[in-house]
Amino acid sequence: MQIDLKKFQETFFEEAAEHLSTMESGLLHLEESGSDNEFLNTIFRAAHSIKGAAGSFDFKEIVRLTHVMENVLDKLRSNLLTPTADLTQILLRASDRLREVVDATRRGEASSVPIDDILPELEAVLGGGRPSEAAVAAAVSLSGDPRGEVVYSVVFEPELEFFRQGQDLFLLLRELGELGEILSSECQRSRMPALEELDPELCYLGWKVRVRTARAAHELRDVFMFVEGACRLDVTAEALAAADAAAIAGPVAARAERRVAVDRRSESTSIRVPTEKVDGLINLVGELVISQAMVNQAVASLSMTPELEEALMVVQRSTRELQEQVMAIRMLPIGTVFNRFPRLVHDLTMKLGKRARLEIEGAETELDKSVIEQLGDPLTHLIRNSIDHGIEDPEQRALAGKPEEGVITLRAYHEGGTVVIEVADDGKGLDRERIRAKAVSQGLIREDQTMTDEEVNALIFAAGFSTAAVVSDVSGRGVGMDVVKRNVESLNGAISVHSTQGKGSRIRIRLPLTLAILDGLSVQLGRDVFIVPLLSIRQSVRPEPSDIKTVLGGRGELFVLRGEQLPLVRLSRLFGVAGACEDPQQGIVVVTENDGHRFGVLVDDVLGQLQVVVKSIEKNYRKVEAVMGATILGDGRVAFIVDVAELHRIATRRKAPDEDGRSADGGAAAPVQEEVA
Amino acid sequence: MNDIPVQDARADGAEGSQQFLTFTLGGEEYGVEILRVQEIKGFSAVTPIPNAPDYVKGVMNLRGTVVPVFDLRLKFGMERKDYDRFTVIVVVNVGARVVGLIVDSVSDVLDVDHDAIETSPDLGASVDTSILQGIARNNDRLITLLDIDRVVGESRVAAELAA
Repeated sequence: MQIDLKKFQETFFEEAAEHLSTMESGLLHLEESGSDNEFLNTIFRAAHSIKGAAGSFDFKEIVRLTHVMENVLDKLRSNLLTPTADLTQILLRASDRLREVVDATRRGEASSVPIDDILPELEAVLGGGRPSEAAVAAAVSLSGDPRGEVVYSVVFEPELEFFRQGQDLFLLLRELGELGEILSSECQRSRMPALEELDPELCYLGWKVRVRTARAAHELRDVFMFVEGACRLDVTAEALAAADAAAIAGPVAARAERRVAVDRRSESTSIRVPTEKVDGLINLVGELVISQAMVNQAVASLSMTPELEEALMVVQRSTRELQEQVMAIRMLPIGTVFNRFPRLVHDLTMKLGKRARLEIEGAETELDKSVIEQLGDPLTHLIRNSIDHGIEDPEQRALAGKPEEGVITLRAYHEGGTVVIEVADDGKGLDRERIRAKAVSQGLIREDQTMTDEEVNALIFAAGFSTAAVVSDVSGRGVGMDVVKRNVESLNGAISVHSTQGKGSRIRIRLPLTLAILDGLSVQLGRDVFIVPLLSIRQSVRPEPSDIKTVLGGRGELFVLRGEQLPLVRLSRLFGVAGACEDPQQGIVVVTENDGHRFGVLVDDVLGQLQVVVKSIEKNYRKVEAVMGATILGDGRVAFIVDVAELHRIATRRKAPDEDGRSADGGAAAPVQEEVA
Repeated sequence: MNDIPVQDARADGAEGSQQFLTFTLGGEEYGVEILRVQEIKGFSAVTPIPNAPDYVKGVMNLRGTVVPVFDLRLKFGMERKDYDRFTVIVVVNVGARVVGLIVDSVSDVLDVDHDAIETSPDLGASVDTSILQGIARNNDRLITLLDIDRVVGESRVAAELAA
């Protein structure tokens, strides 16, 4: 029984995590959407679902917290509270705390996260609501407008001495106009005296303004908060004229319906499946593809009847289609990771006193689940950098003639067989002079070295460039950029940076659609077969004797390709493969490129091009240096897949490997020091 | 997650006895807890892993999963022996990992009473007894019971150091 309950609890925790995400993204939109009921309902439902389920497991802390949150949301929903920035902050904090409590409960330490500090905050909000506004809420429902918009008539009559108190009429009226749509405004001149009696310092005028707004009456009244004693103010809700109501209700109702339709569709046509099941399926299909290839090989030697040949072809086609379909199961829209960033931007800008908004494009672009999972950290890093070091303070932006609010764009799109993700900001861009100076002082480049702008930009990715102040005085644009780069490379991707000083910078990440399948070139080394990813191969050459040069008494080898000298790596020595050919002229040089640096890899022979299913070695063993994974060949044997980026790092190491793996890859023609096992 | 199979194993042996798969290495008999054994395979060619320690023979394809294969003889510092038709790979589960162990031959499955398991004797400083679960006596047979987590776990550390 105990185990059964655990199972249900696991489902609860999974669902709670989803509800929390929904709640969070809803809360972030709360300010923009005003008291849009559909939004509030979504948030409310999320809180309510968590509370209900937590109740049945007797998770008291979760119930207590969600209960109060629910009360606040309920008041918001019925317009007894208005969504303000402060309120949103409190609710966001509460949802954060709720997440912590849920996590702690999952670990079985429910009481380790205190909630006694956040509860009073929420309760204070509840107490602050004005029950007298219930009448207004009633008016709202009378008007029949599902968006909660209502027309108020605001009668405002300042007293005569109004101007003497230093008040500004226009500010007040303008502010009123910002709260909603002004339908009409009439100036009331009944108090105006004859010209002889007119005192230019007195205020004789009054206004009657009709405003259509989703805000509550007390918010309209708040505009006049500071002149309360100095005027007569009357705010009354009026029922919407039928035509108006229809005009508004139409599109809104349609929108609501559409939303419901979307919700329903996602409910009825998707099922929740544990990842292990999908991975198991993918493994099995991979095996099937291999076995199918083995059958084909075995049968090839027999004399086949046309029927058998036909049948085999059908099997082959279906197998391939099956594999494609199964792979597609793992594809998820990248929005699942993008969605966590509005919160990050919101929080960081608040903290740093900056203003920026996040624009997301291409959230529907699909990528393999495992790629998406590993994108979170590098993207968080990049966005953090953009806000911290890219986007300027509002004042600086104003000085530079830019809008005070900066824009960070997160964009994903397909290009060729790959997915490109860009993180762009309209901030101040990279300071190339300082990057250069820093690189010189760190010994990464020589002072007189001529470099293109792109090359200078690329320096921010250099290892060890991250620790000190580089561009900004705070902590440096290069914070962990080398880590970001490694992360991207571990996904078989590439990263580049484009920047215009004063205009902003753009980081571009190019990724394969999936980590599970890779286009490779199979090469022979002794009796073993290795796979080199096709993406990093430029060409293959059978070298002439004059193409190979040695330096430092044979310790380093260079391959001359059309006058250009490339470091040469003997893969057999690096991997310690016995029985590989020693004479370069008997072998083939595969020219690979990593990060703009080309180098030659000597192998015995090139066997052919193939698509391979990538398998993990770490799962059962450990990381193998310069190997990114393994695959299973058509004959059932395991072959290793070469990690070209790591190979390059190892091959161009000048010194013995440092602890921090720092590689000094200054020039392309650096002497190669091979590691002989 | 990782602990579950272990707990199950202990729970099943609650009767006061445990089952062990026994195998030979150079004339000596060894045993591993049967519940940790996933399957037994005849020896087939493995793909050598670049720059791995000598007892790590390579990796094999176990129905689509890449599984490392360790030669227990070399692991225990015994003499190298050519693989023959008796050579088998015992596939065991170590936590969430699956690992193949090359042994000379498998013998049988033994029920061993908890009482019949003696703690490993002190074999002197040159022998690491931490990989032993104990020694079982069955009639005139003497079976060394291996703590498979330590055998494989320790080799993992060694492999990392060797890298």
